[in-house]
Amino acid sequence: MGRYILRRFLQGIPLLFIISIILFVLMMNMGDPIATMGGRTLTRPEDRLRLTRQLGLDKPIYIQYIYWLVGNDWAKVDLNGDGIAESSGTRHGILRGDFGTSLVNRGVPVIQVIAERLPNTLLLMIASEIVVIIGALLVGIYSALRQYSAFDHFLTAILFVGYSMPIFFVGLLSMYIFSVLFKRWGLPYLPTVGMFDPAVGRTFGQVVLHMILPVLTMSFVSFASYSRYIRSTMLEVMSQDYIRTAKSKGLPRATVLFIHALKNASLPIVTIVGLDLPFLLGGAVVTERIFAWPGTGRLFLDHVARSDLPVVMGILMLIAFAVVVFQIITDVVYAWLDPRIRFEA
Amino acid sequence: MTTLLDVKDLKTRFHTPEGTVYAVNGISFHVDEGETLAVVGESGCGKSVSMMSVLQLILVPPGEIAGGKVIYRGQDLLKKTEQEMESIRGKEVAMIFQDPMTSLNPVLTIGRQICESLRTHLGLDQKAAEKRAVELLELVGISDPANRLGDFPHQFSGGMRQRVMIAMALSCNPSLLIADEPTTALDVTIQAQIVELVTKIRNTVHMAVIWITHDLGVVAGIADRVMVMYAGFIVEEAGVIDLYENPCHPYTSALLGALPRVDRRRDRRLKSIPGAPPSLLMEPHGCPFSTRCEVAVERCKSENPSLTPVGKNHHNIACWIDIKTGVAR
Amino acid sequence: MESAADHIAVLTPDDLETPPISLRQLTWRRFRRHKLAFVGAVVLMMLFVYSFGGAFFVSEDYANFNDTTISLNAPSQIHPFGTDAIGRDILARTIYGGQISLLIGMTAVIVETVLGILVGALAGYYGGVVDNILMRITEAMLNIPEIFLLIVMAKFFGGKIPDIIFFGRVLSGSVVLIVLIIGGTAWMYLARIVRAEFLSLKERDFVLAARATGTRNTDIIFMHILPNCLAPIIVTATLGVANAILTEAYISFLGLGVQPPTATWGNMLDSANNYLESAPWLWIFPGLLILLTVLSINFLGDGLRDALDPRSRAV
Repeated sequence: MGRYILRRFLQGIPLLFIISIILFVLMMNMGDPIATMGGRTLTRPEDRLRLTRQLGLDKPIYIQYIYWLVGNDWAKVDLNGDGIAESSGTRHGILRGDFGTSLVNRGVPVIQVIAERLPNTLLLMIASEIVVIIGALLVGIYSALRQYSAFDHFLTAILFVGYSMPIFFVGLLSMYIFSVLFKRWGLPYLPTVGMFDPAVGRTFGQVVLHMILPVLTMSFVSFASYSRYIRSTMLEVMSQDYIRTAKSKGLPRATVLFIHALKNASLPIVTIVGLDLPFLLGGAVVTERIFAWPGTGRLFLDHVARSDLPVVMGILMLIAFAVVVFQIITDVVYAWLDPRIRFEA
Repeated sequence: MTTLLDVKDLKTRFHTPEGTVYAVNGISFHVDEGETLAVVGESGCGKSVSMMSVLQLILVPPGEIAGGKVIYRGQDLLKKTEQEMESIRGKEVAMIFQDPMTSLNPVLTIGRQICESLRTHLGLDQKAAEKRAVELLELVGISDPANRLGDFPHQFSGGMRQRVMIAMALSCNPSLLIADEPTTALDVTIQAQIVELVTKIRNTVHMAVIWITHDLGVVAGIADRVMVMYAGFIVEEAGVIDLYENPCHPYTSALLGALPRVDRRRDRRLKSIPGAPPSLLMEPHGCPFSTRCEVAVERCKSENPSLTPVGKNHHNIACWIDIKTGVAR
Repeated sequence: MESAADHIAVLTPDDLETPPISLRQLTWRRFRRHKLAFVGAVVLMMLFVYSFGGAFFVSEDYANFNDTTISLNAPSQIHPFGTDAIGRDILARTIYGGQISLLIGMTAVIVETVLGILVGALAGYYGGVVDNILMRITEAMLNIPEIFLLIVMAKFFGGKIPDIIFFGRVLSGSVVLIVLIIGGTAWMYLARIVRAEFLSLKERDFVLAARATGTRNTDIIFMHILPNCLAPIIVTATLGVANAILTEAYISFLGLGVQPPTATWGNMLDSANNYLESAPWLWIFPGLLILLTVLSINFLGDGLRDALDPRSRAV
């Protein structure tokens, strides 16, 4: 078992490298970061040159990649433009934990920039995931048990519509209903902007209140697709022979359902949940834009727009890392849960 | 011998998008305490469905038990609620199935799967249940039973899995064991072992057995009485020796005639039954075998014969014709 | 007197047997049973008629014509869907926007199907190092959530593709760009499926026979094996159109997709939340159209999947 985990980790490392190369190459034509740094004033030519050299942008792409990876404090950088490299660089490279500094927020380390926003996104993501899992389990299992009933057909139809909806439509619609219309009808309405009301301050209650609509939006589509998946998994499991055996033994219905059926159904469900988790970040991008939520999704958008390479690469690598790690975790959990793998006969 | 199970005019149907499947069309039979009844017939003749109907294991919908009575120890099982059936299944009447690979839950230990019957029906605590489970595993011939309680089904071979299923079925001392083609998926040598095992157990605990199979050879080895089914009907029932020596229904006779025999001449062609079984999507009309029967007459196509005795020793057939003479009865 | 044995049954067994049906009949029957798939197909056709047929009633200039004096008007008789922030008629824009959205959906799928088949077939057929490399790349790209990849690629290629003329409409280069990047980020799913099919099919006897008679590898791949895995390709491609339309909507919503004045359903939703309260018609109509399109494609794809999948139990 331990060897299995180790093997998966070792497989993950080259994967991360390939991802980083692909992303780095794509990022290379990001636009003009120098222009961004200059702000509104036009940068003077000599300043441009200096900055270019300082950022290492004058070097060929593979050198830039190596610097990004392992830093340039072991190499010499030509800062004063005389053609001779004399000062040593200051970057350590991401392998040593240095993601560089942001070009937009001058001098602020990338890690710090990201760390300021990451918890906000995680908050949304974790809340959404919990809502999705619990909701989908309830709906999926109930619907599977009541197959062919009117409720099942009705629900299947709704879920189908739900999972065909674009996220922003859900967002806008929920905003319209729960904020605009409710307000019009004199009902208590939900806030739609930001994490908390500046007038009230960042209290727990405020954050929760502001979270409701974004979480609803983020979880809606996932909830619909998970419910369908859980339903079909349960249906498949319930038609298996061993369920027939369990019933023929006269076991109470709850036992058959939760112990015999669910334990088997949980295997594919765990897989889906585990693999899907980091991709929730994608949904966060659109959601955070709609609701002006200060998270990493919005951060990404803003910094891509301003060609801030270090921050963008930082976020991307973070996500890639999360995806790979979650894949490994999911595989391991699955292997542990399924006795056919755990106890290789 | 007292009658344990008395089934009267059982009808089971399935409502599919293609139409209604008339799987079981009014069968009546009985099983006495301690006796072994074999149910024989080709695939699709309704043998499994009838027995699943007895225990109400048919999925409703799309299935439907359209009529009949199933009297077990004086009570009609078809009138019982699901909860009441739960205390019959596994305790009074146990069932084992065809494919031991898929019939055991792959994510639960076999110890767990055996103990849960014991704990549900007999109220044993964990330790007592485990003790009994070990005894049962020994009874069915699993070696090192105490250590194997914690093993999973995939760690057993096919034959051993079937033994585990038998242990599970026997755990609460049922009066009736329904075995639905338990050896069909196994090697011939393992088949023989399983048959021997069930015979031994049945003799020891005086348990009635319904053994469903399409293998006439197995029937000869284990049954007291035999019931032949075709297209959802019972066409013949008799004591086992009587059936083999004196088959009176054209179908049975054709079946036995189709068996290749070692002592026959080798230059003769193998006899087969021409045609195919009727589609179950149509409501049965007339004798189901009439289209393939060598001695059928007009009446066979329009009127379905009911089971009537022929001869003295509880030999019943559903046929209008005496196959020895070709004349109507 | 004749014996009963002489009376052979007159009714032939065939009369009572269930007639066998061909595979095509089976497929059609299953598809037809799936009434929803039918409805989906019909709705889809209606949407096509709306977008492409509607062009005969409303000119593109009208769709782009803006008059700020009538901006943000609620739905009325002249403007059944209302007007947008700079006074353009929304109904007209949904018609022309629909053309683009649907067009992007279909062409992106062509791109991703071609890419997916190429990668999957080569990886599955040749195996070994080729397979390894291709699969590593595929996996790497799969591990990056689509939205991020799209945004990055949109930035990468931004502004480098010239406008093209397509059936009398001038499309900004961003349309081609969107098609390329949507196709370029969605091929991986198909590649994996195709590869799996190839891995199992290449061991079959008919491939062995083809090789034994000296058929070239390219012919084996495209003329022998590929036709046998059409079913999952068709289903994936169909559902891929829905995904492409949604994706285009997402990026356009984020402002990185097709640039105005060319309309798409997605970019009509851009900055809609500024006018959430005052002009809900800005986003309701395009949003509903997207929803309807995606929904009907999903119905259709589901039905196709049930009909074409031989392992599906429902008949």
